[in-house]
Amino acid sequence: MTPPPAITRPAAQQALWKRLLDSRFAPPVFITLILLIGNLSFGILESYQKTLLAIVTAMVTEMALGKFFLGKWPHPASAYITGISVGILLRSPAFWPYALCAAISITSKYALRVKGRHICNPSNFGICAMLFLASESVAGLSIQWGNNLASLIVIWTLGALILWRAKRFQITATYLVSFFLLALLRAHITGDPWQSEISPITGPEYQLFMFFMITDPKTTLKSWKGQCLVAAAIAVVEMLLRLDQSVYAPLYALFLVGPPALLIEMWLNVRRKNRTAPLPQLRPEMAQ
Amino acid sequence: MKRGPLAHFLLWVFFLGMLATPVVLRRISSQHAATQAGEATCQSALARYGFCLTEVSQQAGIHFVHQSPVLDQKLAGIMPEIASMGASVSIVDFDRDGWPDIYATNSRTGSLNHLYRNNHDGTFTDVAAQMGIADVNQAGTGVSMGAVWGDYDNDGYEDLFLIKWGKPMLFHNDHGRGFTDVTAQAGLPAWINANTATWLDYDGDGKLDLFVGGYYPEDVNLWHLANTRMMPNSFEYANNGGRKYLFHNLGNGRFEEVSEKAGITSRRWALGCAAADLQGTGYPDLFVANDYGVSELYLNDHGHFHDAGQETGVGFAPKSGMDAAFGDIFNQGKYAIYVSNISEEGVLIQGNNLWVPQQGKTLHYENLARDLGVELGGWSFGAQFGDLNNDGTLDLYLENGYISASKTRSYWYDFSKVAGGNSSIISDADHWPAFDGRSLSGYQQKKVWINDGAGKFIDVAQAVGATDRYDGRSIALADLWNTGALDAVVANQGGPLLIYKNTVAPGNDWIEFDLEGTSSNRSAIGAQVTLYWNGAEQIQPVTGGEGFASENDRRLHFGLGKDPHIDKAVIRWPSGRMQTLDHLAANQLVHVKEPA
Repeated sequence: MTPPPAITRPAAQQALWKRLLDSRFAPPVFITLILLIGNLSFGILESYQKTLLAIVTAMVTEMALGKFFLGKWPHPASAYITGISVGILLRSPAFWPYALCAAISITSKYALRVKGRHICNPSNFGICAMLFLASESVAGLSIQWGNNLASLIVIWTLGALILWRAKRFQITATYLVSFFLLALLRAHITGDPWQSEISPITGPEYQLFMFFMITDPKTTLKSWKGQCLVAAAIAVVEMLLRLDQSVYAPLYALFLVGPPALLIEMWLNVRRKNRTAPLPQLRPEMAQ
Repeated sequence: MKRGPLAHFLLWVFFLGMLATPVVLRRISSQHAATQAGEATCQSALARYGFCLTEVSQQAGIHFVHQSPVLDQKLAGIMPEIASMGASVSIVDFDRDGWPDIYATNSRTGSLNHLYRNNHDGTFTDVAAQMGIADVNQAGTGVSMGAVWGDYDNDGYEDLFLIKWGKPMLFHNDHGRGFTDVTAQAGLPAWINANTATWLDYDGDGKLDLFVGGYYPEDVNLWHLANTRMMPNSFEYANNGGRKYLFHNLGNGRFEEVSEKAGITSRRWALGCAAADLQGTGYPDLFVANDYGVSELYLNDHGHFHDAGQETGVGFAPKSGMDAAFGDIFNQGKYAIYVSNISEEGVLIQGNNLWVPQQGKTLHYENLARDLGVELGGWSFGAQFGDLNNDGTLDLYLENGYISASKTRSYWYDFSKVAGGNSSIISDADHWPAFDGRSLSGYQQKKVWINDGAGKFIDVAQAVGATDRYDGRSIALADLWNTGALDAVVANQGGPLLIYKNTVAPGNDWIEFDLEGTSSNRSAIGAQVTLYWNGAEQIQPVTGGEGFASENDRRLHFGLGKDPHIDKAVIRWPSGRMQTLDHLAANQLVHVKEPA
């Protein structure tokens, strides 16, 4: 995951809290707050060291690959969020999966590029890879954050506020509405209680998924409509995976939908440019 | 990007190498496991690990198959999950003939419990009906979940407390000739939905008291539910379980409930408990393993408890505690505490806990389960420490497996779907999808971890003969045939009671202690023996119930390794009296009566 871009209004004219909300540091600060509150209140981390290992590995890998391939030191916020997401979302009694997952996540940004743009959400790719390839050693987030409404409301409100300022709230809102509607459809198809179908979205895994993963600016579409369409498509694929009883359906859905959506957008952009300019000079753009 | 094709090629090599790493590690691990499994004969196990286990229940005349409860039909969809406990085993020498007997509980309304009297010839005879403790699961009284034995009136015979979802029952042992139901006189509550209990003399008055940990709230009748909102309100932080009870023995056959006065007020969902003197104060401390939440460690301040779970480190990360067992795994004269939890490949990896006391002035524990290799045990239940190969270090036997039904369809998806949700959803059984014959962590391989004495435990279950795949719940260790080897008795949910007879390779010696209190409680529960030999030291406690719904043989068993020279055994009695035994020879059972 990478943070939203900074808002361009003159910083001096904004209140401090607004500048904080708008800055590139807002998502890292927000996710750190979630981590700290969750751990101090509910002990969501059995080990600080494992999370720290994931963060350090992600940042070191990012610095090394960024400097080597892009010729400059990358902003650390993106790697920090990737590392901390791995630290929260991955569960393993061993240390090595945290380091490996963080390194895979960051490296995917450099290896899986099309026309200079990375096409996979880094932490989503890394975690899915670990769940696929190392299922005997890792699991997804299994711990809860109290199961009470208060903590849910606080995190949703803060997350929504940050996304609103970053103009990405529509992605989460579309996904949320789609999830609820499709949950009812799933309940109708499977005959399971509808409460059991909406239950997952009230858990912590989804709070990270909705507010950080599917809104990642580097791996989401540019257009407002496209973003909403992809969010709905993720919910649809997730539903299909859920009907197949996939435990990590949302992560896999993003893994399956995100990259093709980006490729389609890039192809459409090229086609559009071709129409307007008969002989376009394509130049690779640097995403970082 | 700025770099050329070679750099990108190297990047891809690096990337693919990382993706391949877990696959390579798994292959190496499976090859190692295959090497071990390939030598699964008793002879090879004896040669390699120093012992082997042979399942002999049929030869021993034990044909008991546990029956699970059938509860209110409002729970029909998730009945396998709700009715997933009740198989238990406890060891007692109820007739004082010097040979351990076996008590096994049943859990269907109308089913019978069994008391297997040891015939001294390798066989057992069920005498429960004759003794009056078989027909204890009658309609309207609930069903058995476990049993713990303790001589509450100090008459020399072990009495029986029956843990139930329903009416708890206390039976007085009439000198080994029968049992009398004394529940009414004892003043016990009308209904408790409990799965764990232990006898302890918490105030050191020489009379055994009783701790009982509730699971479902005591106002819930699982056969006649008022509504379906009886599930935990969280799978990590539940606080709507049954209350905990501390029954103070008044000495006249009556008990007074004093839990609140003694500082125990939690409503977490208790599944395992055990008591031993962890602080060295002479008073027993109480460890409670809770399902759906953190463990509790009640430190005993001379008869008053305070929960020191967080300050000692054992009560912070919430898991699904099922079992509590003590063992001096490093031969340092200190108890480590093993707590079993849930691990399922690719879905949920809580990991079991091995709480090892750290050096320092205050009591603090660190979880070394991962480092020592005893973390992953599937959906774990009962576990017990014991020196299975008599090499002088404590090994660990773990039971596991939750619900074995369909071999192809799993409930894990539905379980994970609901369990992480909001409390209003998960606390109502109506919101849970039906099982429909699916398994949940079923058919699991058991774990028999042998202690290499150098800081590692190695699973040898398949190699030494612990090969069953039943839904294991309760395990008790005992030298059933007085051979100097610890045998294992395993109670399986909806499955047979298994007797694993232990054959130990010649060469390793042993010694056992049978303690009898005088000014202390006669069962000597709370006493501890520290044995010094060959420069080593090992401490063991006498407990009144330990593990998951189980109780080991009251006699303490020490493996000594080869050619031992026993320096001394130091006994600290619950009364505080210290006793040192010198000139002890190996390979004997030592009877010790507390000096007047």
